[in-house]
Amino acid sequence: MFRKIGIAIAALVLTTVVGASAFAEEDSFVLKRIKERGVINIGIREASIPFSYTGPDGKPIGYTIDLCMKIVDKIKEEIKTPGLKINYVPVTPQTRIALLANGTIDLECGSTTNNLTRSKQVDFLEITFITGTQMGVKKSSGIKEIEDLNGKSIALALGTTNEKAVKAVIQEKGLNIKVVMVKDHPQGWLALETGRVDAYATDHVLVYGLISKSKDPSQYMVTGRFLSYDPYGIMVPRNDSAFRLIGNTVLSDLMRSGEMNKIYDKWFNPGPTNVNMPLSATLRTAFEIQALPY
Amino acid sequence: MQYNWNWGILLQSPYFGWICSGLAWTIGTACAAWIIAFTLGSVIGVMRTTNIAALRIIGTAYVELFRNVPLLVQMFLWFFVFPELLPKAAGTWVKRDLPLPEFSTAVVCLGTYTASRVAEQVRAGIESIGQGQRYAGLAIGLTPVQVYRYVLLPVGYRIIIPPLTSDFLGIFKNSSLALTIGVLELTAQTRQIEEYTFQGFEAFTTATVLYCVVTFIVMTVMRVVERRTAIPGMISLSAK
Repeated sequence: MFRKIGIAIAALVLTTVVGASAFAEEDSFVLKRIKERGVINIGIREASIPFSYTGPDGKPIGYTIDLCMKIVDKIKEEIKTPGLKINYVPVTPQTRIALLANGTIDLECGSTTNNLTRSKQVDFLEITFITGTQMGVKKSSGIKEIEDLNGKSIALALGTTNEKAVKAVIQEKGLNIKVVMVKDHPQGWLALETGRVDAYATDHVLVYGLISKSKDPSQYMVTGRFLSYDPYGIMVPRNDSAFRLIGNTVLSDLMRSGEMNKIYDKWFNPGPTNVNMPLSATLRTAFEIQALPY
Repeated sequence: MQYNWNWGILLQSPYFGWICSGLAWTIGTACAAWIIAFTLGSVIGVMRTTNIAALRIIGTAYVELFRNVPLLVQMFLWFFVFPELLPKAAGTWVKRDLPLPEFSTAVVCLGTYTASRVAEQVRAGIESIGQGQRYAGLAIGLTPVQVYRYVLLPVGYRIIIPPLTSDFLGIFKNSSLALTIGVLELTAQTRQIEEYTFQGFEAFTTATVLYCVVTFIVMTVMRVVERRTAIPGMISLSAK
């Protein structure tokens, strides 16, 4: 009697295991829904230069978009749908996590910091870029570090990791810095340009971008130590390790073959918008470490 | 949907405090702006109904300017462009030393915008009374100011209580645009909570409920005002 039940259970377990491994899309609900719809919904940013932004012809372009296209190619192969359509959905820092969590988008290709709190709602692929909070200031102000801002003011964008980082430092050091909250990067920069604040803090790569686009780039500089560590990653829906594995496989392949460095140079060194940021030693190491073997 | 619900987070410190402070700023911004909107709007509305051409032109110009430019753009103009138009010293004072710069700017912006809407309501109220009462008032020897004070305005205001209620509600909802210039009101605090906890659905649901509660209270108060001020036998008064 018990033996019979034992055999039945063993058989059941066996069929489940074999069945699952035979069809990759069976155990990935994301792959399944992409195949059913014949469309993959990709979340993009409209002005996250040079990661994900609208190009001259109105199509999304950028470093992260290039990487995502490689992943899409792999997905097409995996679900055997060469004619898979791509639907771009614009997202903002406020909407990106909610839209990924509720299934509106299948992949978020922007400039999102991978952190542990966010990982309660979404999963991240391997780290594709490393940045941190630094300040953009007027050269004439003589500001070097955040401590020099004591008694002065700083602009921070609502809903960014930089906001948290800077506020934490201010509190920890007991500094008397007036914080002006702004809606987005252009407004933060405008506050600095018009003299409403003495500094604007955001990811260092974005400060470089803002300076390169300002009226007189020679007036401004990036300054201060890194106030936070912000590794960027592509976001995927949570609890779908099969789908995440496809993405990570593509990224590891790119990092192992050295193609990652070429894509990096295309966008950052000097890049179409003159960002002029050669591959840093930290990021080079990150690429090497994440180039997992088969 | 792959989402981990956590309603308890809203009661945790500091998020509960953020919601309360956000609600306070929303109510503060809306009420302060309403004082400007109501007084300025009444003056402009009266100006548009007088016989003096110059006053009518100024009133019309004001209404058209403030009613036709999107509120979001006005916020931006008041905060970033207005200080640049002032003499340098005054501009710097506005940017650096004005107490509560974001709040003050938002109140002025929201107040002057809503004033244009209130002005139109006041004008409509006065015009709906008809010229007969005005002439009757003048005929019994009242000055034009007295005609407004004792005849036109008391009736006109009563007529426009329902549309004014809409504008008063609107000012609470429009105050959420103040977040674009950095006022940490309810919507801004909601976004802040989302950014810190990534529990956006819970935070936004709470904000929705709070906005509904506030507007419901306003509606109830205005209905009481309407009933209390009603004069039996007058037009457009729902109170019996």
